[in-house]
Amino acid sequence: MSAGLFEGQLVRLSSEDPQTLAQAFARWNQNSEYFRLLDSDPAHLWSANKFKEFLEKDLESSLPANLLFSIRTLDADKLIGFIALDGINWTDRDSYVAIGIGEPDFWGRGCGTDAMRLMLRYAFTELNLHRISLNVYAYNQRGIRSYEKCGFKHEGCIREFVLRDGRRSDMLHMGILRSEWELQSN
Amino acid sequence: MDNPDSLYEGRLVRLGPLDHEKDPPVVARWTHDPLLRSVLAGVARPLSPEAVRKLLERVEKQMEETKNLFHFTLRLRSDNRLVGLARIFWIDFHNGTGVLNLGIGDASDRRHGYGSDALDLLLRFAFDELNLHRLSVWPGADNLPFIQMVGKAGFEEEARRREASFHDGRYWDVLHLGLLRLKWEKKT
Repeated sequence: MSAGLFEGQLVRLSSEDPQTLAQAFARWNQNSEYFRLLDSDPAHLWSANKFKEFLEKDLESSLPANLLFSIRTLDADKLIGFIALDGINWTDRDSYVAIGIGEPDFWGRGCGTDAMRLMLRYAFTELNLHRISLNVYAYNQRGIRSYEKCGFKHEGCIREFVLRDGRRSDMLHMGILRSEWELQSN
Repeated sequence: MDNPDSLYEGRLVRLGPLDHEKDPPVVARWTHDPLLRSVLAGVARPLSPEAVRKLLERVEKQMEETKNLFHFTLRLRSDNRLVGLARIFWIDFHNGTGVLNLGIGDASDRRHGYGSDALDLLLRFAFDELNLHRLSVWPGADNLPFIQMVGKAGFEEEARRREASFHDGRYWDVLHLGLLRLKWEKKT
């Protein structure tokens, strides 16, 4: 069971040398569609070296506010994305989660859902968190469906939050409580 | 000082800069009130005037370096006394969004209209000076005076993050209220 904590049906959560992950990030972010699903920042083309710097800075803090895993497929051990607890609030026992499948060939195949389920189990049974939160842009329908499948509930809609191609889109708040996660996993 | 067009002068209060000599002892007193945890450090924690002085220096350094934070002191127009703190933070100029927070330090200074007066100034600053498209506030669902105050200014509830905050032995919902530029323009 302890090894299984990081192993799902399709993918496993893993850890990479900063160099490996930095190169993957630099490559994935050249796909602007991917970036716009992931983030409200202006699209950036950071170098692999810069990503490596970002990742190494995260490794330095002792009580981490961010926990980053890579996502690898079980069958071919291919690095396809990342998932991170992004801003753990230890006093409120709440954290935001961020996920990106950087390899478009693996979109819509359940890999992200599988990784998210692993992350929820890790957050609730290992870190003893009380809830997990996420934000998703209203145009990311594939993401929203995946989060609903994992048990996230809709908590509201932040109006006109992102401006893309001259059009404003809403950002949704979703959340899952530990009690809800326990009910669905029993 | 009495220019009615000033961005910083309200009816009762004015928005001002930090005073690194005189403000720390006052703010240090406020750190003993857990109600102000959201305006000060996140977790209630009494701080000495010296610790507050360092904290406020860091705030100003952050303003300078990140360019996405505007921090204000709230002072009475009558005698320039420091009564509260406010900030517009998480500013994203690319999308035109930001988050606002403000607090009145001493309980005896609350319910005098200082907060509402400051809020009007801060909204004008956010929309007319920073040119934002929308503004958010994130009050705990138990912070009724603040929720009423921003409601009067036009903020509407957009999300309720269930049990996202823990204090005083229990979980509390955290609200996300928003005000769009168009609505603010119609009101003013």
